[in-house]
Amino acid sequence: MKTIILILKREYLVRVKKKSFIVMTILTPVLMSAIWLLPVYLATKNTDQKKVQVIDDSDRFGKVFKTTDELAFSVTNQLIETAKKNFQKSGYDVLVYIPANIMDDPKSLKLYAEKNVSLGVESGIEDAVEQEIENQKLIAAGIDRKVLESTKVKVSASTYNLSDEGEKDSSSGAATILGYFFAAAIYFTIFLYGAQVMRGVLEEKTNRIVEIIISSVKPFQLMAGKILGVGLVGLTQFLLWILLTIGLSTALSAVMGGENLAQKRMEQAAVDRTVTPGASNMTPVSPAEAKAKKASQADMLTKVKNAVGTLDWTLLLICFGIYFVGGYLLYSALFAAVGAAVDNETDVQQFMLPITIPLILGFIIAQFVVREPDGPIAFWFSMIPFTSPIVMMVRVPFGVPIWEIALSVVLLIGGFIGVAWIAARIYRVGILMYGKKPSYAELAKWIFYKA
Amino acid sequence: MTFNPTFPVTPILETRNIVKQYAQHRALDDVSLSVPKGSIFGLLGPNGAGKTSLIRIINQITGPDSGEVLLAGQPLHPSHIQRIGYLPEERGLYKKMKVGEQLLYLAQLKGLTERQAMEKLKIWFTKFDIKPWWEKTVEDLSKGMQQKIQFVATVMHEPELIILDEPFSGFDPINANLIKDEILELRNNGSTIIFSTHRMESVEELCDYIALIDRSHKILDGSKKAIKEQFKTHTYHVDYQGDVGEMPAAFEVVNSQPADDGFTRADIRIPPDASVNDLVRVLLDRVAVRSFGENIPSMNDIFIKAVGK
Repeated sequence: MKTIILILKREYLVRVKKKSFIVMTILTPVLMSAIWLLPVYLATKNTDQKKVQVIDDSDRFGKVFKTTDELAFSVTNQLIETAKKNFQKSGYDVLVYIPANIMDDPKSLKLYAEKNVSLGVESGIEDAVEQEIENQKLIAAGIDRKVLESTKVKVSASTYNLSDEGEKDSSSGAATILGYFFAAAIYFTIFLYGAQVMRGVLEEKTNRIVEIIISSVKPFQLMAGKILGVGLVGLTQFLLWILLTIGLSTALSAVMGGENLAQKRMEQAAVDRTVTPGASNMTPVSPAEAKAKKASQADMLTKVKNAVGTLDWTLLLICFGIYFVGGYLLYSALFAAVGAAVDNETDVQQFMLPITIPLILGFIIAQFVVREPDGPIAFWFSMIPFTSPIVMMVRVPFGVPIWEIALSVVLLIGGFIGVAWIAARIYRVGILMYGKKPSYAELAKWIFYKA
Repeated sequence: MTFNPTFPVTPILETRNIVKQYAQHRALDDVSLSVPKGSIFGLLGPNGAGKTSLIRIINQITGPDSGEVLLAGQPLHPSHIQRIGYLPEERGLYKKMKVGEQLLYLAQLKGLTERQAMEKLKIWFTKFDIKPWWEKTVEDLSKGMQQKIQFVATVMHEPELIILDEPFSGFDPINANLIKDEILELRNNGSTIIFSTHRMESVEELCDYIALIDRSHKILDGSKKAIKEQFKTHTYHVDYQGDVGEMPAAFEVVNSQPADDGFTRADIRIPPDASVNDLVRVLLDRVAVRSFGENIPSMNDIFIKAVGK
């Protein structure tokens, strides 16, 4: 045990002291915070208000244009010709001309600007005019706008589910996201750190230091120390990422002075959608609709909050811990065996296949499991130790009977012991074998070599 | 103190009827050795004979299929690892690790505490005059420098038994001599050294005992002196001027060729029970002798002769 700790310590310290580790650990949270905060920052910094001069020959739109953060409207009683002539000196950015016959010819709306008018500004003005024309036409036809709006049914509002426990907010949206998140975290951790274990083994072999080491320690101790050491590096990195991301985000948002940054972000997103049409958003959104959207988004937010609150976080985190560690141990033992079996990194590919296939399979199965978390596929793949760390973690947020989790964990532990036994035997023989790349048949023989 | 091989000594290491079978071939077949304490023991044999397999068994890297290994009279036990120092033929170091850190780590794996390791390393670093290397990473050192570090790693825990597999490969003659002196000093301080090599001149120079392994079998072992005795051909070489003429029937001239200045060099074999004096007398009567001596087989000759059988 003392020896394993000595090895673990070296494996851990060597990796943690590496420049690449430090850079990765610091850079990732910075990037994450940047991705989260940059749009907010840009949105809050965007105080560049455009001045719009409106010339309304139809006399209908005087009160329609409301000054916003982006656009400042002023209605002037000028002839369009004069306005056009004086435009450059006037200090306005955009000139809007609404001809007298706008009601009959909506396409006669004209925008003038020195530079190209942004799509956002254009559609904002278009929307306002369009809606007013619509209003006026509705009034002329004797239809109340409120009546019209009441006829619009929001189909997207019917995403509530009825659960067994009565009328509780369904957490399926949050559960899906969380499930994916956990599955992805486990999947990437196994690949990232499993590959590090493999490279570590390979390094010892190609450095030819392995025989010196195993004349002092048992091969199993070396393998175990390496797997645990790299695992701890992974945990350290994750922990630092989480802490740094939270710390940085908080610090940065404090610097930007927005304690309601998230709120602002949501509002901004809603506004963005009305003013800045994306490629898919060529049909303008009416302000009323935008307001509804904003409301529904706020509603969504509280819904997610409620849903997250209903999840059993203790169970979730315990399960995540178990499957995270169990999955890593199981696979990294295999990665270690692969590292021992070959002489150089180019030969690795052949033996990676049996490791990557169940991992990728688990990730693919996860997509089905999200849709049917209690089906037979979900059940069986959350029992098989090679896929259970990913598949079970997708299921847990939806609620899984405790006995299933217990059985799956027992199988995972059993699977790990079996795999570690086989891996240790391949490792033991492999680290001293140089030269020819072994075949699968030879690997199988190694397992039964006498120590 | 010089080693006296005729003095009876207890073996520090004994292997008894070791058999090691790999899938297709038998690496060791009934190999029994006895390594006297305080000797330098040459483990010789052609490539693939089974030397490394035997060394790995002694180091408990692998186990024998049958037979047993005794260290100082006790069957091998994991705690014996600390009493053995092993320099493998395929050796290396962690390239990115600093020399000092690395040696401390290896010493701790051998069971030393960090403080003990530090003390021992200080002595070795002073001795080899390599103190500035402590903070360097291994990849910054030349191959010869790395070999020195590996040697230090092998002996720093003051093992009773030191096993060196091809210790001189990769050393320039100056450093090879340095290591040779260290080996002798370690022996004089009471350690036993098993020394596996192809380089017969170093065997000639260093070894007190040898064992020769060929195709999984031990074919020869004993003190170097006894083996040479066993392999001697009873031939004598003589440099002379003149004509020996017809020699008596007992003395057989096996080889005769002209040397410089009109001298002739001849090898003459005598029967094992004959007296050398008789040969000398015959020669003195007939020719002017410049030099005369026994042809003692070199280790190289013995190796080739024994393996070629």
